[in-house]
Amino acid sequence: MTQVIAFIVDALVHATPLIITGLAVAIAFRAGIWNIGADGQLIAGATAAAWVGVAAPASIGWLALPLALIAAAVAGGVWAAIAAWLRSRFGVLEVISTIMLNFIATYGVSYLVRGPLQEPSHVYPQTSSIANGAHMPTLVSGTRLHWGFVIALALAVVTWWVMRYTAAGFRIRASGVNPFAARSAGLIDVRRVTTVAFIASGAIAGVAGAIEISGVTFALYENISPGYGYTAIAVALLAGLNPIGVVGTGILFGALETAAGTMQRNVGIPATTASVIEAIAILAVIAITQLRTRNAASVA
Amino acid sequence: MTGAGEAFLEGVIRTATPLALAAIGETVTERSGVINIGLEGSIIAGALGAVVGAAHGGVWAGFAFGAVCGGVVAAIFALFAVTLRADQIISGTAVTLLALGGTGTLYRILYGSAGAALNTPTLDPMPIPLLSQIPVVGPALFAQPSITYVLYVLIPAVAWWMYRTHAGLGLRAIGENPAAAIAAGIRAERVQFMAVLFGGMLGGVSGATLVLAQAGTFVQGMSAGRGFIAIAIVVLGRWNPLGAALAALVFGAASALQFFFQAIGSDLPYQLFLVFPYVLTLVALAATRGRTNAPAALGRQDLQQS
Amino acid sequence: MNDVALELASITKRFGRATALDSASLSARRGTVHALLGENGAGKTTLMRIAFGMLRPDAGSISVDGVCQAFASPSDAIAAGIGMVHQHFTLVPAMTVTENIALGGLGAFRPMRTRVAISALAKRTGLAVDPDARIETLSAGAQQRVEILKALSRNARVLILDEPTAILTPTEARDLLHKVRELVSSGGTAILITHKLRDALEFADDITVLRRGTTVWSGFTSTATEDGLISAMLGGERVLGDVTSTVATPGGAAVMSLQNVSVRDAFGIERLKPTTLSIRAGEIVGVAGVEGSGQRELLRVLAGRISATAGRVTIPPIVGFIPEDRQRDALIQDFSLRDNIALLGAGTREGLMAWSDIGDYARTMMLGYDVRAHDENVRAGTLSGGNQQKLVVGREVGGSHTALVAENPSRGLDVQAAAAVRTRIRAARDAGMAVVIYSSDLDEILAIADRVIVACAGRVSEAPMEYESIGRAMLGLAQA
Repeated sequence: MTQVIAFIVDALVHATPLIITGLAVAIAFRAGIWNIGADGQLIAGATAAAWVGVAAPASIGWLALPLALIAAAVAGGVWAAIAAWLRSRFGVLEVISTIMLNFIATYGVSYLVRGPLQEPSHVYPQTSSIANGAHMPTLVSGTRLHWGFVIALALAVVTWWVMRYTAAGFRIRASGVNPFAARSAGLIDVRRVTTVAFIASGAIAGVAGAIEISGVTFALYENISPGYGYTAIAVALLAGLNPIGVVGTGILFGALETAAGTMQRNVGIPATTASVIEAIAILAVIAITQLRTRNAASVA
Repeated sequence: MTGAGEAFLEGVIRTATPLALAAIGETVTERSGVINIGLEGSIIAGALGAVVGAAHGGVWAGFAFGAVCGGVVAAIFALFAVTLRADQIISGTAVTLLALGGTGTLYRILYGSAGAALNTPTLDPMPIPLLSQIPVVGPALFAQPSITYVLYVLIPAVAWWMYRTHAGLGLRAIGENPAAAIAAGIRAERVQFMAVLFGGMLGGVSGATLVLAQAGTFVQGMSAGRGFIAIAIVVLGRWNPLGAALAALVFGAASALQFFFQAIGSDLPYQLFLVFPYVLTLVALAATRGRTNAPAALGRQDLQQS
Repeated sequence: MNDVALELASITKRFGRATALDSASLSARRGTVHALLGENGAGKTTLMRIAFGMLRPDAGSISVDGVCQAFASPSDAIAAGIGMVHQHFTLVPAMTVTENIALGGLGAFRPMRTRVAISALAKRTGLAVDPDARIETLSAGAQQRVEILKALSRNARVLILDEPTAILTPTEARDLLHKVRELVSSGGTAILITHKLRDALEFADDITVLRRGTTVWSGFTSTATEDGLISAMLGGERVLGDVTSTVATPGGAAVMSLQNVSVRDAFGIERLKPTTLSIRAGEIVGVAGVEGSGQRELLRVLAGRISATAGRVTIPPIVGFIPEDRQRDALIQDFSLRDNIALLGAGTREGLMAWSDIGDYARTMMLGYDVRAHDENVRAGTLSGGNQQKLVVGREVGGSHTALVAENPSRGLDVQAAAAVRTRIRAARDAGMAVVIYSSDLDEILAIADRVIVACAGRVSEAPMEYESIGRAMLGLAQA
């Protein structure tokens, strides 16, 4: 029984960054932006959060946590804004630029944790631990489950509401599905709308990084993200880009990756198998969607 | 200094070779109107295939099996992106994820957690008599592993095929206006499938080159984004095989700088060099304004719309 | 001379539940021009696509020169000696004339050799083109010549021309039809798909009339009469009943006006030369012009969809706009009808979407504009072309708009739907809207407009409401 509870807790802890990056991807994809860079944006957010968490004086107490979250959102947004700017100013495909920025973020962290942000003894490639005030409070005492999971749920509800009920959300959806009609019939400034959505997507992914730092690792390491941003694509697509659905698929993949980790330790099945399953999930969704639209087309 | 200079030039060609192989394949793919983000997957599959093939039948069996593995990954992509007409970006991303995870898993299954395959046969440099004696550039261009010479032949061959055969003309027409090509009696879907397959096989050869002419072993994720860099090279090369080869040299130079600075004893952080090709990709794409000269129908799902 | 080059017998074709062709037949004699007449949506293009191997019939047979054929693809039809010039050209804009004509060949491609062959063919047939020109630099007329040469270079003995005069000026059109007559005099066969009676009567030897997918008349042109053909095409339906147009000269205030307005494209080319005009409340101004004459830019400036490079544009805050490509520019196929209606003003809306109000408005509008759908929540993509256009018209004139710009609003619609759209536009004018309408069909402009302006090479000028004068103005010729 305790094993089951431990598994559920682990799965939810694992699901938290997946839900949040899944939302980030869903927003971007809804806007017609192929943001493959949630990973880099998460890393940028984690870096900013760690920096704030380490640098925060003890005197500001719990204020360090919101500060870290805000810094992470800004950093993630800025990281996405680079790709957004390259896209709108120079027409650079965001698929390529965001992947490049993922690599740059990864090597950037590698440099920082061995250089300017390394812990004082200069032994380990990591930062010092963040201040206690920057820790995310635990949700269920005695477990690792923290309030970040609740933040993830709240973000999902807010995203769903914005997309469905606000004019801004409608503009994002219209611009993503058919930018020509959005521009011509809706007089929507598509370039502006998609740029804002892109940056918002990056900011949300950045928050996921802050929550990892403040709720799980408490310091910045190399490999802070085991590819959350890529898994997020599977999470978002499997949910049909629906923010509420993302919660479900995020938990599903959180459980999957937790199970994969356990199996690698106990049975020797490689953890990379999880990404194979994710890929197959994406391909299955694509195949079903395509076959369904084909049938619909042949009937019409 | 000349020693470091020559080593640098040699490094340029060596690191450019796998990039150019992948980029030339992707050039053909993109000219048919398909952008294959899954190229990264073909490269990593080719790398693992090379280890397996070389262990059973020597270096050239390694290249052959690498090409087959790259082709298989590309065929999965083509099944979705070409046959089912699904979104190319999503299909490509999924296929990359599949191949990166799949090769990691297969490698562990085949060789255990310890790794192994350390005794993979590799290609030694094969200096060409006379040509390799040319001062400065001779050793760099003509004292390379033989796969580089295959590349030298491949560049003009692909260019000739693309611009001087009706099949090449048809391929380019599909990328510009598939409806027109179909009306001219060309089987656009089949050509696209073959173009993706060709690109994937060259991606596989590219991955095999990493193993058999460079690293000598397989490392999980060793493709390290080369598939995406190759896609950027295609853009820089203006969707032209010769252009792609030249653009690959620029990226080769960026990577080779690392060896150069090490050779002259610089103490700049090594991450700076690792990150350089990715930064260069961004700068170069911005400088070419992204996609001038791109095939007009690149990435399009619907073939009938003109 | 009486042997049959192409015989289509009892062809039936269904798309889902809709029957496009119901036992249609056509028999084209060698050495003749054969006109295939019918209204939009009668099945002419579908029948010819079957003859060219682009579609497979559900029943019926095709024979070429007396040999029964089953085409799996256009390449089979080409091999059998059939060539087709599509209404929307199938040329690759970024490639040269030579490359386009060589497309579909086999083996090595030798541009110089192909070039020589094209020049020779062009000379022999009198279809002048520059083999080295890139397609995107050519006029519509020249592109059409390339299409015909492409078919002839593949040894086409039966040439199918789908509405070849639709995008040509009257003079270019006559010139082309004379060329087609010359081609068949040396033993070829031409099938002319058209809805223009005049062209059929003047240039065809034989005529086949399709109505609702069925052959309703066929015979020698010499035995046909204009009235007989009209009633065959329309089957007694009064279609031109919506044509009467003229109203008293409107004295309304200027709603849209341009003062020395010019537009340059992304490459700096001046697409619209300095133009001054004004459109008053309660009038319909027709715009005529050969494709690419600047009317596209003129319409979009008036509609506020692009901004002028120079000059002063005075238009209401929101101008209703019916763009030519409604599938792409007017509707989001994957959105519901309600969401498509919500697009109106979406760019400036703030705060929340008032979904229940929008839904109510959508239902009212669908009733008022006769949009036939189950309810406002169905996807726009599931509607027929006519219903889609009625939805667009309702959205663009139904609000508090005072101005409307429409671009080929009846293209691709069947007769009734086209008439309904024109009726709505007239009603909008009668209600006091200022209306600008462009149509590539001169007859439609003459039928609906109160006055006409003509765009030619980026210049806009006023023209008398008369067929020949407008035609001359479209070509930039002095008035006779």
